[in-house]
Amino acid sequence: MKPAPFNYVRADSIEQAVEALAGSSDGKVLAGGQSLIPLLSMRLAGPSLLVDINGIAGLDEVRADSDGVHLGALARHADVLANTAAREVQPLVAAALSHVGHATIRNRGTTVGSLVHADASAEMPLILLLLAGSLDVVGPRGRRTIPAESLYIGPLESSLEHDEVAVEAFFPALPPMTGIAFEEVARRQGDYALCGVGAVVEVDGGHVRSARAGFMSVHDVPVVAELTEHLAGMSLSTQEGRVVLEAAVEHAMGALDPAADVHASEAYRAHLARVLAKRVVAAAFSDATHRAATRPAVGSEA
Amino acid sequence: MTSTETRHDVLLTVNGVPHRLNLPARRLLSDCLRHDLKLTGTHVGCEHGVCGACTVLIDGKPTRSCLVLAVALDGQEITTVEGLTNPDGSLGCVQQALLECHGLQCGFCTPGFMTTIEAGLKQQPAPTDDEAREMVAGNLCRCTGYQNIVGAVHRAAELKRDSR
Repeated sequence: MKPAPFNYVRADSIEQAVEALAGSSDGKVLAGGQSLIPLLSMRLAGPSLLVDINGIAGLDEVRADSDGVHLGALARHADVLANTAAREVQPLVAAALSHVGHATIRNRGTTVGSLVHADASAEMPLILLLLAGSLDVVGPRGRRTIPAESLYIGPLESSLEHDEVAVEAFFPALPPMTGIAFEEVARRQGDYALCGVGAVVEVDGGHVRSARAGFMSVHDVPVVAELTEHLAGMSLSTQEGRVVLEAAVEHAMGALDPAADVHASEAYRAHLARVLAKRVVAAAFSDATHRAATRPAVGSEA
Repeated sequence: MTSTETRHDVLLTVNGVPHRLNLPARRLLSDCLRHDLKLTGTHVGCEHGVCGACTVLIDGKPTRSCLVLAVALDGQEITTVEGLTNPDGSLGCVQQALLECHGLQCGFCTPGFMTTIEAGLKQQPAPTDDEAREMVAGNLCRCTGYQNIVGAVHRAAELKRDSR
């Protein structure tokens, strides 16, 4: 349970980090390390180089503006969670973050690190995908923005190149008349979820205008299902609405491929996905209805 | 291989005492504390961040010492369970509370609970029962059961209030 030897570079700037990564074929970036260090200790990963970005000034920014929430690569989960402006601008980020590990893990772990670790059973990759956010990365060829929809390509695999460093994540603001919900089931509090579901529902006059649900731990990448065509025009607080929601969730299940492991069978994971999806989409609908009633319809002047 | 491994200079201030160390990059903070500094109060349980036994405070924040590299903490302040004792050598409030409430049996997990509670009570000086449970939710104890530990959180809060 000790990491194998590796070369170590403490970068003072992004440029220096990129340069160090470019000089190695299998270097890894060390930010919070709450996923990387266990992988090294268990020798599931054995990079020849670690590039430590913890000393780079200015990377720990948590900035909320009318567009959304911007997180620097060194913004710790705990700092994002404690930021009231970020919670106001996009409440789904905080709702999901409170499920990431324990408080002790959140003190060190970074949200951007979690995004690039690309674990399909982690909360934040799903949230970035569900909100159609993006990740800015810097490499030898300059800076580029990767939309969440093209970020996750396989289990623990993102579309970052090996010599690129993720520098900033962007979670778009919650639009007016829109509600959110997130829920997961784990065997122990703070443990990996057996299944987790998030939803974003937009309403218009008490009826659904658009709806999406995102699933974690039930596929080898996070999956977002578009539910608008099934739910548009419905009120989800009626009996009819609940029947339609059940059908919509059944349709979304077609895109999932729950796997069995020692903690849960395929059938149990699928059951959780169904139950949570119905509950969470309905909760996001109520949240939207509530927000629409308590906030002027024009929304922010952004 | 080990003998040729590159070593790095790092300055760690542990329980107020500065230490200049020269360490291989792969040295975990937990091993640095125990092996290099002989501070064996920090216990190593699962070594992958699940059990919480190795929790120490880094710049005041509870952190798993098995999930950080010592070389990544240059210039930072670390508090271990040894640092929770009063300057005169008597038990600190959190230590006294665990003792009084029978919050430990074998004691293996106890250092991690103590550092976590020490920091937790700074944020929440008078926790509710739910907050006390949430405070220690990331630490595992296999023998005491958690009732007495949660009781000790409340008792420690009381002792800290009284000592002010």
